[in-house]
Amino acid sequence: MTVVSIGDLLAVLPELLVAGAGCLVLVLDPLTASDRKDRLAYLSLGALGAAFVASYWFMGLSRPMFSGLYALDAYGTFWKLLLLAVAAFVILLAQSHLKLEAIDLGEFYAFILLSLSGMMVMVSGTDLLVIYLGLELMSISLYIMVGFKRFERRSLEAAAKYFILGSFSSGILLYGISLLFGRTGSTTLAGIRAGIAGLPVGDPVLLLAMVLLIVGFGFKVAAVPFHMWTPDVYEGAPTTVTAYLSVASKAASFAAFMRVFLEALGGLKTDWQMLLVAVCIATMILGNVVAIVQTNIKRMLAYSSIAHAGYALIGLVVADASGVAGVMLYMALYAFMTMGAFTVVAVLRKGGLEGDTIEDFTGLARRNKWAALLMLLFMISLAGIPPTAGFIAKFYIFMAAVGAHLTWLAVIAVIFAAVSAYFYLRVVMVMYMREPGEAAGAPGYGVRIALSPGVIAVLLVAAAGVLLLGVYPDPLVKAAQSAILPPR
Amino acid sequence: MTDVIYNTTALPHLLTLLIFLPVLGVAMMAFVKEEASIKHLAFWTAAVEFLLSLALYFWFDPGTHKMQFGEIAQWISTPPIRYALGIDGISLWLILLTTLLTPICVVASWTAIKTSVREFMIALLVMETAMVGVFCALDFVLFYIFWEAMLIPMYLLIGVWGGPNRIYAAIKFFLFTLAGSFLLLVAIIVLFFQGGHTFDILALSKGHYSDTMQAWLFWAFFAAFAVKVPMFPLHTWLPDAHVEAPTAGSVILASVLLKMGAYGFLRFSLPMLPDASVRFTPVILTLSVVAILYGAYMALAQSDLKKLIAYSSVSHMGFVTLGIFVFNTQGVEGALLQMLNHGITTGGLFLCVGLIYERTHSRLIADNGGLAKPMPRYAACLVIFALSSLGLPGTNSFVGEFLVLVGSFLVNKVLAAVATLGIILAAVYLLWMVQRIVFGVPSDKTARLRDLNWCEMATLVPLIVLIFWIGVFPNPFLTPMHASVSHVFAQMGRGANTVAPVVGSLTGILPEALP
Repeated sequence: MTVVSIGDLLAVLPELLVAGAGCLVLVLDPLTASDRKDRLAYLSLGALGAAFVASYWFMGLSRPMFSGLYALDAYGTFWKLLLLAVAAFVILLAQSHLKLEAIDLGEFYAFILLSLSGMMVMVSGTDLLVIYLGLELMSISLYIMVGFKRFERRSLEAAAKYFILGSFSSGILLYGISLLFGRTGSTTLAGIRAGIAGLPVGDPVLLLAMVLLIVGFGFKVAAVPFHMWTPDVYEGAPTTVTAYLSVASKAASFAAFMRVFLEALGGLKTDWQMLLVAVCIATMILGNVVAIVQTNIKRMLAYSSIAHAGYALIGLVVADASGVAGVMLYMALYAFMTMGAFTVVAVLRKGGLEGDTIEDFTGLARRNKWAALLMLLFMISLAGIPPTAGFIAKFYIFMAAVGAHLTWLAVIAVIFAAVSAYFYLRVVMVMYMREPGEAAGAPGYGVRIALSPGVIAVLLVAAAGVLLLGVYPDPLVKAAQSAILPPR
Repeated sequence: MTDVIYNTTALPHLLTLLIFLPVLGVAMMAFVKEEASIKHLAFWTAAVEFLLSLALYFWFDPGTHKMQFGEIAQWISTPPIRYALGIDGISLWLILLTTLLTPICVVASWTAIKTSVREFMIALLVMETAMVGVFCALDFVLFYIFWEAMLIPMYLLIGVWGGPNRIYAAIKFFLFTLAGSFLLLVAIIVLFFQGGHTFDILALSKGHYSDTMQAWLFWAFFAAFAVKVPMFPLHTWLPDAHVEAPTAGSVILASVLLKMGAYGFLRFSLPMLPDASVRFTPVILTLSVVAILYGAYMALAQSDLKKLIAYSSVSHMGFVTLGIFVFNTQGVEGALLQMLNHGITTGGLFLCVGLIYERTHSRLIADNGGLAKPMPRYAACLVIFALSSLGLPGTNSFVGEFLVLVGSFLVNKVLAAVATLGIILAAVYLLWMVQRIVFGVPSDKTARLRDLNWCEMATLVPLIVLIFWIGVFPNPFLTPMHASVSHVFAQMGRGANTVAPVVGSLTGILPEALP
């Protein structure tokens, strides 16, 4: 056993910065006046910025660390940069949104940072237990964040549901890990890989362990049939948390999912591909079809996020370089449009309207044309229509599928992408094609939506990302393609 | 790429300029506050665009099948996607048609659009960018992006400024076209892997694909293009969309969007999938003839003017697909000319309906009787457009339909004979419509209507001039097509064997055919 070296500690500097800042925020919180919680936000943003710079600086580096339990590699760095950016956006959005919801507590920023450090561990861990540790740190922080509106029953119900189902799925994941350990004698990804190579094909315990891992990760990425928690939790959680949940936690889970399945379970590829194809198709179908009947925009976006997990899963099913790059690109582009959409929902809440049901968007184009225009942009991007980021994301996923002779899967995906256009466009329809007449009596109607600089920044970045990356995705494509997992 | 002649004109990046000039106009609208100035800005943007596009005609070299005014730039590195543009004799007229109709649409919407004028003009100009882009793109992904980018502005044009049932019509239009386009996307990606890892349209046209592959791709292309044309039985979105759309929306939809389906068949299906195209010809020809008859038959029964014209479009576009899939020069050139004709004539008819709707707020034939007396100028224009639409010799449609029928007669006499029935039916429904509207008994309401003012005349006169120009002297319009059309056959490996004599004699016949 080697001792922890200075080099190792330096390489996890971004993680240390984020986790340290999280603890610092917890300590400083009681010392901060209740109307000065902004300072904690700025502190968190500063830590995220420093971690971002550090990660960016490490971009070209690649080294195993801590006796092979952890790795600094291009793959992890790509995800870390994405997660750091998303967390920063969530904090910018939360600053004003928390005040409005009267939940302006300093702990919020601490939990964001702590869950983020969990995610960063997840995407870089090369040992199942380390990944599990990161996953639990992320999940436990998220359980609390979901229930942050503690005086509202919906929020508490969501937190309880998320906690119970989440711990159950973590248990299943852990069970899978222990079975793998029992069969291969290792918990590191490389060790498991070597162990599987020495075992006979079709070993039942291995297959069971693989299925359990799929259940565990499937829950985190909200794949059917492990998606049941998603709509309730998305609806009940404060909108900022929903945004964080649907973007960051999904991205980190996909990152770990891919690393574990490609690096540790690469030997069982034919087995898990078969299972994942079924999961992937079911996810696309259920997500897109059930979203049609939703009347609550957050529930609709929840089902839409399930559907998008389905599209991203295509990349994992393909499981070659283009598939992995496709998933990375998909989650990065998905981050822009989903952050944008949830931000608009959160902003509307600020206007005094509830902003939760799709009906609340009625005639938005007349009341606030910029909010309507941005929502239009995010909706067509989610529907995958060019020239937006959503199209590029789907394009690369379909390229990967067709390149791997899974054209039929791409055809199923496009059919349900066409279905999805229906419910995304319904939002556009109520915004642009209905008179605000019937909503005119609603409380807060006509209130000008006051935007904080933070929210404006989030909206601008999201809109610019959706449009610019939709027109010129080359830099991001190159970044993703150069950061894929090394082939084994 | 040796198949592209790079832009040699005095205007650098002419096609790029044409594509993005409308977007520039949109950007300038951000600095304009008043509604009137926005209208002027939109009009002048579209007008300058039209004048610039005329340069394409004057500098166009009809002697070559190669893509002209070419531009190329690397866009996305992996997979290699390029910003490649160029036009040939197939796209030239469609671009000019687009740029001609957009300023007309702006003028036609001058008083008709009362709410959200800025947004309307933005949608219209963005449409123009996407439409010109579709006809210029030489990279399949670029083509697809422009192709899909049309959906949102068109959806908004129908859904925001449309009639009472606009929401249903808009979403129906959107979902029909989107479902087809998404299948096209998969087909494009499959072609990428089959055709040597390129999205270059010209390179893909040279590839050879296995029979089964061609069959799959053909139907995927069909899904996208046939919905746009629209071919029977995928036409059901069209009457709804036309009826609900504002005048400018109907004109754009009928005159340009429908052409894109036919353009797709001609640009992609035929050169890339020649064997499948030949193999499935019977299906397409049958559907075309069914569309001709069914559209005409349905048009007979309509009481709503816009619906009547919409069904007549289904019928007329049937001639276009018929002409394309008979695979001879007369047929294809007739189809191309018919695309242009249909754009001009049906655009004119929709403008006429819009003009009368602005006055009486009804599109029902029964509500608009006897306009000859109060509105003689209007009546004259309507009669001209109607006669052109039914293919009277001396008007544009006669030339196009005649060529298509000659082409199909060479291939299948029965089919040609049945298709001819469509022209007779067209005469029936159009003349009956004219009789009721122009020469019917004016009601109290219609008797006091104001005739067209110069501004309204200005939207119709250019189209009328073109109707007679093409009708009497179609050669300038046909000449640029020859090289490109025979190149399509060369790519199909068929040669243009049955060509020259009939075209030669056609120009000989035309003067005598004049009344």
